[in-house]
Amino acid sequence: MNLATSYLGLNLRTPLVPSASPLSEDLDNLRRMEDAGASAIVMHSLFEEQIRHESQTLHHHLTHGADSFAEALSYFPEAEEFHFRPDRYVQHLAKAKEALGIPVIASLNCTSFGSWTTFAREFQQAGADAIELNIYSIPTDPELTAEEIETSYLTIVASVKAQVNIPIAVKLSPFFTNFAHFAGRVVENGADGLVLFNRFYQPDIDLESLTISPTILLSTPIAMRLPMRWIAILHGRLNASLAATSGIHRGSDALKMLMAGADVTMLCSVLLRRGIGHLAEIEREMREWMAAHDYESVEQLKGSLSQRNCPDSAAFERAQYMRALAIERSIQT
Amino acid sequence: MTPPSVSTIDGNEAVARVAYRLSDVIALYPITPATPMGEWSDAWASAGARNLWGTVPAVVEMQSEGGAAGAIHGALQTGALATTFTASQGLLLMLPNLVKIAGELTPFVLHVAARSLAAQGLSIFGDHSDVMAARGTGFAMLCAASVQEAQDFALIAHAATLEARIPFLHFFDGFRTSHEIAKIALLPDEVVRAMIDEERVREHRARALSPDHPVLRGTAQNPDVYFQARETVNPFYAAGPGIVQRAMDRFAGMTGREYRLFEYHGAPDAERVIVLMGSGCEAAHETVDALVVRNEKVGVLKVRLYRPFDVEAFSAALPKTVQSIAVLDRAKEPGSAGEPLYLDCVSALHEWGRGEVRVVGGRYGLSSKEFTPAMVKAVFGNLAQAQPRRHFTIGICDDVGGTSLDYDPSFSVEAADVFRAAFYGLGSDGTVGANKDTIKIIGEETENFAQGYFVYDSKKAGSVTVSHLRFGPRPIRATYLVSQAQFVGCHQPFFLERFDVLERAAPGAIFLLNTPFPPVRVWERIPEPAQRAIRDKRLKFFVIDASAVARTCGMGGRINTVMQVCFFSVSGVLPHDESIAAIKNSIRKTYAKKGAPIVQMNLEAVDQALAHLHQVAVPAQIGSEVELRPAVPDEAPVFVREVLGPMIAGHGDELPVSALPCDGTYPTGTSRWEKRNLAVEVPVWDADICIQCAKCVIVCPHAVIRAKAYDAAVLTGAPTTFKTTDARLPEWKGMQFTLQIAVEDCTGCGICVDVCPVRNKREARLKAINMQPQPPLRESERANWDFFLAIPDMDRRLIHTDHVRQQQVQRPLFEFSGACAGCGETPYLKLLTQLFGDRLLVANATGCSSIYGGNLPTTPWSQDAVGRGPAWSNSLFEDNAEFGLGFRVSLDKQAEFARELLHLLAPQLGEANCAQILDARQSDEAEIFDQRERVAELKHRLSKIESDDARRLLAVADTLVRKSVWVVGGDGWAYDIGYGGLDHVLASGANVKVLVLDTEVYSNTGGQCSKSTPRAAVAKFASGGKHGGKKDLGLMAMTYGHVYVASVAMGAKDEHTLRAFLEAESYNGPSLIIAYSHCIAHGINLTTAMQNQQAAVRSGQWLLYRHDPRRAARGENPLQLDSAAPRMKVQEYLQLENRFRMLEQSNPDEAGALFELAQQDADTRWALYQYLAARPGLSARELPAENKP
Repeated sequence: MNLATSYLGLNLRTPLVPSASPLSEDLDNLRRMEDAGASAIVMHSLFEEQIRHESQTLHHHLTHGADSFAEALSYFPEAEEFHFRPDRYVQHLAKAKEALGIPVIASLNCTSFGSWTTFAREFQQAGADAIELNIYSIPTDPELTAEEIETSYLTIVASVKAQVNIPIAVKLSPFFTNFAHFAGRVVENGADGLVLFNRFYQPDIDLESLTISPTILLSTPIAMRLPMRWIAILHGRLNASLAATSGIHRGSDALKMLMAGADVTMLCSVLLRRGIGHLAEIEREMREWMAAHDYESVEQLKGSLSQRNCPDSAAFERAQYMRALAIERSIQT
Repeated sequence: MTPPSVSTIDGNEAVARVAYRLSDVIALYPITPATPMGEWSDAWASAGARNLWGTVPAVVEMQSEGGAAGAIHGALQTGALATTFTASQGLLLMLPNLVKIAGELTPFVLHVAARSLAAQGLSIFGDHSDVMAARGTGFAMLCAASVQEAQDFALIAHAATLEARIPFLHFFDGFRTSHEIAKIALLPDEVVRAMIDEERVREHRARALSPDHPVLRGTAQNPDVYFQARETVNPFYAAGPGIVQRAMDRFAGMTGREYRLFEYHGAPDAERVIVLMGSGCEAAHETVDALVVRNEKVGVLKVRLYRPFDVEAFSAALPKTVQSIAVLDRAKEPGSAGEPLYLDCVSALHEWGRGEVRVVGGRYGLSSKEFTPAMVKAVFGNLAQAQPRRHFTIGICDDVGGTSLDYDPSFSVEAADVFRAAFYGLGSDGTVGANKDTIKIIGEETENFAQGYFVYDSKKAGSVTVSHLRFGPRPIRATYLVSQAQFVGCHQPFFLERFDVLERAAPGAIFLLNTPFPPVRVWERIPEPAQRAIRDKRLKFFVIDASAVARTCGMGGRINTVMQVCFFSVSGVLPHDESIAAIKNSIRKTYAKKGAPIVQMNLEAVDQALAHLHQVAVPAQIGSEVELRPAVPDEAPVFVREVLGPMIAGHGDELPVSALPCDGTYPTGTSRWEKRNLAVEVPVWDADICIQCAKCVIVCPHAVIRAKAYDAAVLTGAPTTFKTTDARLPEWKGMQFTLQIAVEDCTGCGICVDVCPVRNKREARLKAINMQPQPPLRESERANWDFFLAIPDMDRRLIHTDHVRQQQVQRPLFEFSGACAGCGETPYLKLLTQLFGDRLLVANATGCSSIYGGNLPTTPWSQDAVGRGPAWSNSLFEDNAEFGLGFRVSLDKQAEFARELLHLLAPQLGEANCAQILDARQSDEAEIFDQRERVAELKHRLSKIESDDARRLLAVADTLVRKSVWVVGGDGWAYDIGYGGLDHVLASGANVKVLVLDTEVYSNTGGQCSKSTPRAAVAKFASGGKHGGKKDLGLMAMTYGHVYVASVAMGAKDEHTLRAFLEAESYNGPSLIIAYSHCIAHGINLTTAMQNQQAAVRSGQWLLYRHDPRRAARGENPLQLDSAAPRMKVQEYLQLENRFRMLEQSNPDEAGALFELAQQDADTRWALYQYLAARPGLSARELPAENKP
């Protein structure tokens, strides 16, 4: 049985790719992922906000209180150099490339256009096989128009693409007026693939302390429905790879995503929850199902239930569940 | 000879660059102003910089200067080339070793940034008191007068000592030279190498102690030979000056810079000559030039090599025409026939047969007192008198001894082609940093010479800085402050209301003001004196809202780049485009290592600054909306008004000798008169939702939040804005409660808001105390504060002190200190004074707490309503525990004497009355109150008894009331320099309480590593992260068994801290409280610093415990572990603080390894303490009677 697939022009043994998570900060984890059957790895993200914050925090603390009091003109020794997150990230990336035989995809997480995009070139120099660009912003300014937001995204994509000649994938949120149109423009501006979807951090409220609680919610299988719909809609319409992420916890989840049209399926919450070794279990489940249903390869089932190829293409366009329609369909079938 | 490369550096760096290259071993200990030399050495070693011989010197931090000298002595004895750096009391601690090192004829150079000695008061500033105390050690003493000379003489000293075998003390003036930034020609390695005779190095190594060719050195000698042996060294001292001069000549051959042992400058036929050494030579030099042009026959003789004093060279250097000499000493030797240099000169002239020359001695420049051409001229004027004043002073007004010479301060010799600028800034706004950068740009990118000198505040919060810059075509010899500036920059608008910023402006100068007001509105927003100065001096007036520009660019309050751009733009010191390009280039260089975002925001600030700079058309009319207030109010005590007031206003230099106490004794309770109005925002109390827990009160570092519960009747006449509510505590039912903020004393740190546990139910971002802008509240809250103070304090006997919410109504007797905004130490001191302040004596080790507690002009140590309060003193850094023990022994002895006298006088005083006094327990406030009443009555009776015993008892009767002796200091003192004494005091069993304000670093000198510094922390002297673990001082003290020990962290558990203080004080024996004190040197947000304390405890990095010997006496386990088991990883805590996080950024691999070890430290510590606390109690021990259960 052939599980091979192609993503961003990279030939992968299977469509199972661990997505960006803190797990990849540890080199041993990366090795264990490869051992468990990962066909490629998306590294944890280098965040624009962190780059900025780290730099500003260091600057603040090195200057706070300095040149104020005659006995203490500073409070920290002068270091010859600092290895900021990008430096450390690039070093880690290079080590990962050296340690692994599978493709390594670097991840850059950004909210705005800035000179930091040059880090993409350093990723390439460190050996990254591709770059995943995770663009996100929560537009809270009511004066900001949809066009301005979309333009800023496209500018970032184009600017990063201009830095490198390795493929780039863009990880997006679903919150665009016409997602399909926007996805096409992202591809026009240089994306070799799209990763659907980014799950935003969603704050909670702590009733006892009356504060906003920064807890992280891991995905559940239900989260896969949204990306599955849009992958099904976009499959065959864009000249770009599609990666499915969110809610893929079992082999059957991965199969559904592939049938909707994904080239790869990305895994995060399940590995955090059940351990890296669970990758092998998902692959086993896929193989069993495909064997039981006489599928020979992933290529064979990929996109087989996309909007174009599925028996009821309108199902992906329907916005509300309509009981009457469902009953009618059940009678017809 | 190729032109040397130049650099703009300060004296400390210039010296360290030489000493580092010529040393195998460098021993360090921090002391101002020499500390930076050690910091440079440590940083270079950490970065792997190699010395002249291609190896990285071994840099070792010691526990004291005495330790550093000992280590150096050992290193020298075993053949290393070694060096160290020190000043002041540090040099005194080295003296025993220095005598040994010299006695053993050991090549060595000690570099000293010369500083005042602590006498009637400590001073960190420069004079020669310290080096003069070392003149009998046998060290050669070479004195540099400028930054260039400091570098050059460092090399000459290292070269000469190898040949002479006499160790050298190379010194230069603290601050004036050590901290002055000047453009100098650097010494390349080739010159340094050529100056060092490798054969002499081999000889030194060959003399080393070695079991391969064993010798004995350091014998004990008897009367038969000691004297003769002492004389054996004479030939070396005789040869010394010649060796130094030859080294100077060799140096001149390579660099073109010529030096003489005694260097004369002036008229060849001079009749009047000033002799001096140090930076004053430069001011004298340029004054002589100016006077000689006027045909005055004057000159200056600069003393370079002070020891060995070459009588012949000295006499030969003087013109034959000289008739009178003034020898100026930058030191004072009370009771002597004259100061040291003066006596040397008198002796030399007599020996050399020139006794006809009249020699007078004078003192100048103590503690960095200004020494200006006007003063030099006055000294020459004195020499011209028929009977010149002897043993004069210059630069002060001595209206007591009449020693001072008058001088005309307007006399100036500043050249027209030297550009002078003065900048007034806040420490926090980056003014000094910008000016250092400006000096670098002009000094290194133009042909101009450049000089920068910076004057700092004595306060740590809201400190004002004044930068004095000069640029000119020749080397700058003006070793004094700028007085006639062509440019004055005022970087904070409120300075105009506080002091005379334009005093230094020359007529026609440029004045640049940072102000929020637009050009058309600014005139009426500046005070009238400033308006007059601008108009009358015809100043060109420019404004910019630099704070707004900086905020826009993401730079917060740091307006440095904005103001720097404006300076270059309006001053014309460089062509406009050239200067902007240079600034941008400098920004890229300076900030590159801090990351692209920092570079970017500074570059943006450059462009924005130019767009917001405006010239103001100066109106003819005077009239301001700004009302000026006096430095201290009229109702302040006379001493505060007349003595401290001028100091606060920056006019302390004008105070005459008679104004000052002769023995260093000052009143307490004076900080309340210095209203600094530092805070942009201050806390505002929401009485409706406050639960009156008093957490905000206990954490307030500056005692500006006060709580009182009182009878409603006192509210009559309260200001309309005065807030009050019903007291919530059941014990206070029916009373009113107020939480009042002293907005004019608040530093705006915001810790109070952070710890407030209450949230507003309608608007959860609000708490029961919230920050609001200060200016609109200033007037109303001033009245409210005054009214609040007038409400009587609650009777201390009625306060249950075992819970924070009630205890915190006790009046703090430590208020409004000069500590950093958000200081972690001061809440503990405040608590100490609330609990025991009216019977408290404090022995305070030198350090942060002695500076914010005892630096003039005002002190936070205060008094209660009847005038009782902490009596405070600082002896030294190293002896504080012993100093405190002295208090205890003294008080106990006097109390014992009083009791003996009381027995004797009982028949006259009444047996019953005396018995009551003698038997009083004084274990609580009520009993102490009663004893005070009894002693007051006793004193009244004694005053009517005519007998010697009665008078004697009267003098010591107050000791019959219980006193609480506390020894206070930081970890540098307790863990390092004072540990031996502390250990002894704890072992003594004496009833002395020790409070260690543990910031885990030498905070006052800028964050050097101590033995308290935890593993993995980056600190100065541990640039690569501290490898060893933190010393467990508490555990060591517990091993005695009889010591009460507590480890507390107020931010983690305030009730625990309170309990520990109460228990420690009540124990009749030695008590040690180790208090976790967050600090600016941790690299944290001080507003939320109490959360860092919580994290330290939650991670097990800091434990809470109490070890009480009274429990052991009861058969219980004395140790109570008050922390819960660690609930977070140590690494999570470490990553909250820049001191640890920085290691991840500078050396990620090392950080990973050390962080892991730090976790192991915490795990091991927790397991050990858990084990110790879980053991069953042992059999009862013998305790002092008062402590028996």
